[in-house]
Amino acid sequence: MLELLWLVVALPLSGFVILATLGRRLPRAVATVIGVGSVGLSAALVIGTGLEFLSSVQSSASFTQHLWTWFQVGRFEASVALRLDALSLVMIFVVTFVGFLIHLYSSEFMADDEGYSRFFAYMNLFVASMLLLVLGENLLLLYLGWEGVGLCSYLLIGFWYRDPANGSAARKAFIVTRIGDTAMAIALFILVYQFGTLSIPRILERAPEVYAVGSGIAVAIAALLLGGAVGKSAQLPLQTWLPDAMAGPTPVSALIHAATMVTAGVYLIARMHTVFELAPVVQMMVAVIGTATMIISGFSALTQHDIKRVLAYSTIGQIGYMFLGLGVGAYAAAMFHFMTHAFFKALLFLGAGVLIMCLHHEHDMFKMGGMRKYFPVTFWTFLIGGGALAAVPLVTAGFYSKDAILWYTWSSDKGNGWLWLFGLIGAFITALYTFRMIFITFFGRAKAKPNHSPGMRTQLPLVVLAVLSVVAGFVYLPETMGHFTPFADLLHTVVPAVPMEHVAFSTELQFQIGTALVPLLGILLAYLMYIREPWAAKNLAKDRPRAGIYRFWQSGWGFDWVYDRLFVRPYYYAARVNRRDVIDALYTLLARITQGLNILLGWSQTGRVRTYAAGIALGVVVMIAIMVFA
Amino acid sequence: MAIVFYIAAMVAVVSTAMVVTRLNPIHALLYLILSLLSTAVMFYVLGAPFVAALEVIIYAGAIMVVFVFVIMMLNLGEETVRQERVLLKPAMFVLPAILAAILGAELLYLLYYGGRADTGQGVVGPKQVGVSLFTTYLFAVELAAMLLLAGLVGAFHIGRRESERELTDTEGTSEVRRAQPELGRK
Amino acid sequence: MADIPVEHGLLVSVIMFSIGLIGLLVRRNIIFMLLSIEIMFNAAGLAFIVGSTRWIQPDGQVMFMFILAMAAAEVAIGLALVLAIYRGFNTLDADRASRMQG
Repeated sequence: MLELLWLVVALPLSGFVILATLGRRLPRAVATVIGVGSVGLSAALVIGTGLEFLSSVQSSASFTQHLWTWFQVGRFEASVALRLDALSLVMIFVVTFVGFLIHLYSSEFMADDEGYSRFFAYMNLFVASMLLLVLGENLLLLYLGWEGVGLCSYLLIGFWYRDPANGSAARKAFIVTRIGDTAMAIALFILVYQFGTLSIPRILERAPEVYAVGSGIAVAIAALLLGGAVGKSAQLPLQTWLPDAMAGPTPVSALIHAATMVTAGVYLIARMHTVFELAPVVQMMVAVIGTATMIISGFSALTQHDIKRVLAYSTIGQIGYMFLGLGVGAYAAAMFHFMTHAFFKALLFLGAGVLIMCLHHEHDMFKMGGMRKYFPVTFWTFLIGGGALAAVPLVTAGFYSKDAILWYTWSSDKGNGWLWLFGLIGAFITALYTFRMIFITFFGRAKAKPNHSPGMRTQLPLVVLAVLSVVAGFVYLPETMGHFTPFADLLHTVVPAVPMEHVAFSTELQFQIGTALVPLLGILLAYLMYIREPWAAKNLAKDRPRAGIYRFWQSGWGFDWVYDRLFVRPYYYAARVNRRDVIDALYTLLARITQGLNILLGWSQTGRVRTYAAGIALGVVVMIAIMVFA
Repeated sequence: MAIVFYIAAMVAVVSTAMVVTRLNPIHALLYLILSLLSTAVMFYVLGAPFVAALEVIIYAGAIMVVFVFVIMMLNLGEETVRQERVLLKPAMFVLPAILAAILGAELLYLLYYGGRADTGQGVVGPKQVGVSLFTTYLFAVELAAMLLLAGLVGAFHIGRRESERELTDTEGTSEVRRAQPELGRK
Repeated sequence: MADIPVEHGLLVSVIMFSIGLIGLLVRRNIIFMLLSIEIMFNAAGLAFIVGSTRWIQPDGQVMFMFILAMAAAEVAIGLALVLAIYRGFNTLDADRASRMQG
């Protein structure tokens, strides 16, 4: 079964190839079967391989499948090899399983779209690229997948390309992530230069021997890798593309911009953890960036009107949590949060997608309201997802993962109280905006009427994801609640456990009670503001200074404005100045000179044989003169 | 024997000069034959009897006959003379003469400052030439054969009349022309 | 055989070549141009023979024979062109057959 690992990548890829080449001619039913089926088969294969991997392979082991040698330059060899270990197993499970559910959902969501087969072709290519990213044995393959998902993200954000706004959102996402990708490429160059290989296990093995902790080159590599991760995972200061990326179809937002692609940065840092351990400064930076992003995006999410933008900002914030976990060395906790987040955020996006689909593509929450009656299944699953996002204690997966991260932020050697405090504030804000969204959308007076009710294929994924959003939390229970940690045990075969001193049992319990109470407070505040006293929220943003802050937060803390002034406008200005292409003028001149010479020599083309003969004679005279007299 | 060479040289130079100044092509041709024959004499005196024979037989004989054929075929007679009289003006000689004089001066300069030597006294007979031709220069001989073949084919191709060309046209294109007259007109 | 300085033989060659060149440049009648080219060939051949005699080697004569072959081919093509031009333009004036002007 393990030998079939390559099929996990090959299936979605072949789905893409078939749909991309024959898509237009295939009937929709066939396109659905290929598009959804390829990912479904892949998911089934992952479960089979995963079970065998878990049962047969001992701890700290991995399975490597060498397929073929990609290319060889001098001593540098790049092989196409897949590597399955605990980390990549978790990733491919989420990618294929959540991916399958979202594909299934899309088959109804996109049913009336004219680009139906094109959509599934892109989605399949995305799944294949993402799988390649996480399964790649070397960083080059990882980078291939990295760029592949970036391409698919671009294609899918701009899927409805007829609207220029979507195209510009796609370009923005592509260009902003490119900044990070460039940093990452430089990191790869340095690694090749230093190690002569890009094989991940070999680099991780040799890095501690080559570099001392905190050595300059290790810091540089880690910082550049962090740059790539920041770009892909939409963290400060490259977070601006993700809210605009919501221009794509909702299933795309669920799969790419919530569950999988944006967490590639988290995966990268977890994968290269040894390098980050060697650069404590950068690892601290990871935690700080994560925390800052979380706070900033939380305030922005509080003020959004577009339901998808709320979710986008919350995605940025939750990835901020993952970064915080990575930064304090709690890799298992970060991956745990990644997994639960993939479930509940995909659920929330798909739930929002149901509303959007049935309400004539209405995105504004304030034009919905009272949707509880019309969409009972969606409401309850959305509530579960929202609860998980807000980390409602004990019953939701989000609580356990967030609690783990916050606990390790406090107790780890690398964490500290400030990070913990901001993490807690972030949790409060998260609960507040999540339930603001739920209350505005599903409670109160209905302001719109759905044109149809959602079908089986959209409801089933919601239910499955809702179940997962609850039970997924029980695979990593903290010490205070039975200490059942198969998830962490599995991951600790790949990443180190959190270095910490022994802390009293009661201390952990106290912190946990705090972590549990804070979201409840947030929910209570949301209840007061949006259900009990609906006018309170409206009045809050009426006065002048507060309205200004409101707008400031709504625009994402003015990052777009600053970047526009700092980079976009100067670039446009430079482009305008250079409209006539100064450099090109040189080449134009060259062409002009050639043309002039051509005209000059054209005159000698008289068509008279005797002139030509005279020319030859003259040439002979000159040549002999040179030979004789020179 | 030397005096024979100089006389032949004089005849050759004079008759060559006559070739380029004649108005009637037949006259020019006859002067050229004369020039070639005197060159053949020079060859003989210089000890190359085989080449002298070739000069007479092939150059003065065969090649010049082809000229005669063409001139006769085109019926270039009095009309050409009149035409040439108009075309050929003494002033036209000035520039080419200067050019040729410079070239000649350069070559003469080379002659007189490039070392001095007498011609050898021996005769290089046909046997030696033949041996050299079919051993050292065998490949070049093959090339020359190919060149002659190319000349033959080329002359045949260029010399065909338009009407012949249409007659020997492949039936395919004629078919098309008949079927689509407007295409043929184009 | 005869005791002739190499220079004298080459001198004749030079003079004949120059005359041929003048003829080529002056005459507009294609027939005359071809004749001038023949003169130049012949002058070059003479130079070869002088060289052959100087070293008493057959190579110069071999070269002359190649010139002969080339002249034959050239005349064949050249005269065919003369015929074609005469048919096409009804004249032998080379300057009037100047459609190739660039």
